[in-house]
Amino acid sequence: MDIIRSFPGMSIMLCLFAGIISSGMKRKAACYLNSALILAVTAMNAAVLYYTVVTGEAFVFVMGKFPAPWGNELRAGMLEAAVAVLFCVIMLLSVWGGRKKLDEEVEAGKHNLYYVLLDLLLSSLLALVYTNDLFTAYVFVEINTISACGLIMIRQIGRTLEAAVRYMIMSLLGSGLLLLGICMLYDLTGHLLMSDIHEGVLRAAAVPEYRIPLVVSIALMVIGLSVKSALFPFHAWLPDAYGYSTVSSAAILSSLVSKGYIFLLIKIIYRVIGFEFFCNTHIINVLFIFGIAGIIFGSLSAIKENDIRRMIAFSSVAQIGYIYMGIGLGSEWGMAASVFHIFAHALGKALLFIAAIGLTDVSGCSRRFIEITGSGYRNKVAGLGFTVGSLSMVGIPVFAGFVSKLMFAKAAVGGYEKMLPTLIALAISTILNSIYFMKTVIRIYTPNPDASYGSVTIGGEKQYALVIILFVVFNIFFGMMSQPIADVIHAGIAVLG
Amino acid sequence: MGVNLFTNYGEAVAMILFGIGFANLLLQTNLIKKIIGLNIMDSAVYLFLAEKGYVVGRIAPIITDGVQSVERYVNPIPSGLVLTGIVVSVSVSALMLSITIRLYQRYHTLNLDEISLQLKKEGR
Repeated sequence: MDIIRSFPGMSIMLCLFAGIISSGMKRKAACYLNSALILAVTAMNAAVLYYTVVTGEAFVFVMGKFPAPWGNELRAGMLEAAVAVLFCVIMLLSVWGGRKKLDEEVEAGKHNLYYVLLDLLLSSLLALVYTNDLFTAYVFVEINTISACGLIMIRQIGRTLEAAVRYMIMSLLGSGLLLLGICMLYDLTGHLLMSDIHEGVLRAAAVPEYRIPLVVSIALMVIGLSVKSALFPFHAWLPDAYGYSTVSSAAILSSLVSKGYIFLLIKIIYRVIGFEFFCNTHIINVLFIFGIAGIIFGSLSAIKENDIRRMIAFSSVAQIGYIYMGIGLGSEWGMAASVFHIFAHALGKALLFIAAIGLTDVSGCSRRFIEITGSGYRNKVAGLGFTVGSLSMVGIPVFAGFVSKLMFAKAAVGGYEKMLPTLIALAISTILNSIYFMKTVIRIYTPNPDASYGSVTIGGEKQYALVIILFVVFNIFFGMMSQPIADVIHAGIAVLG
Repeated sequence: MGVNLFTNYGEAVAMILFGIGFANLLLQTNLIKKIIGLNIMDSAVYLFLAEKGYVVGRIAPIITDGVQSVERYVNPIPSGLVLTGIVVSVSVSALMLSITIRLYQRYHTLNLDEISLQLKKEGR
């Protein structure tokens, strides 16, 4: 079974090479290569997940010939493998679901570039998930940013260009802070591998003189990564970037790119800083407060929005707020809830974006609420997908969103002074979520006899229907089978630290 | 505290430069000035690494005169990090400049706020 240990590194390399090869390919070939690549990488990571769950421990894979303090390492546990599998599956479904739109919106002759960007994005996401080296993580954070920027502006209209430049500015601020934090930590500890840094951090934390520099470097890294993952109030670029880019890009950006940074942050908290030490700094309270503010203000902005895609984008701000609130709770349970919410939100948000595009397509490509009235009848499968996604986001039992909210509430009950704010925020946000999501669901199922738009049958768009149905099935699977998944998450967090 | 600041003045300068670059990237409305800010910010980090990586009296880690003692050379890793960082920041600057060219060709201005205003007027 030794070959499974090389799968994480191999999947990253495969993605990089596929990206290079795709740049010289025609559209069709690049597209098939991309699908085959993602399927292969999914299978490999599923094997890694199976292997780690069976053995019950994480393993380290040495890249190259140099041993631990000098060389580069990958590390895989249950949590890493589970996140990698989920990322691959969602990327595959998002690309399939948005393919028709992609053919229309991307300039002819540039389609293969889109697949190059997707391959590079996948490689950087896998590297962020698996790496055991902070500077490698920084380099792949930048690769992730550049390919995400390409995904936004592959549709060449004014809005996406402006969104891309705003996205780049915010991301570069974030990565500047991250780089400075990593450099300071390197100066303090003299290592770049996460496990070695952790030992250095423990030694430095014991010396009073080093405490302030240590906290500053941790704060810089945490703020850098939260700026990059669009935590409130750094979300100004988000509505345009998610609202106007082509639909596959929007789904991938909201479900995967921001989650990749959050997962790196969780790894840094556990593997580099140490959970105990992180909880004793005040940074955790800052994350908690901004998380709650994000939940409330993201939902309020979504209610005011009159454009369905932008509404879903603002809802992402609120959902990212949940994840940071869970991290801010400062307990194992809060972290497990956050990780589950990463899964639930990734599934729900990609579904919502792809369903919304089906609804707007049968409404004359207008995204105003007034135009999409009754579109749930004109494109039945998109209506179903949007309804399921909305119910999951609001937190109705059976769907994945409910389980994560339940886990947040359970985690909050354990932590004393943070219990009340968390429960109040959960209650308010559930009401706000149901206001804007249910308003939309009711609207798409309100008959509109005046509309002269054509309707779409399931047989006409087989691939699209398949994607929506798969998303719905996954969503219900995560909602119904939550206990085994939560067990894997808890075990994964236990071996992370 | 004050003594440390004076002996480590290189690091202090690097932090001030980082702040200047950061503020420019965040607050300027002109896109070219933003990119200049980005480069100041990144260079400040490299200055910080170079300052931290240098030990007075030691030389670059290339064996000369057959001396193999560790005491004679500085740690090569910070220089390696600076090189990697420079590659990253060059590619990011190139990408920013190319988007800026696209935006300028379309809207004939480098002011990001004006571009947003024009987009609102276009109404799409």
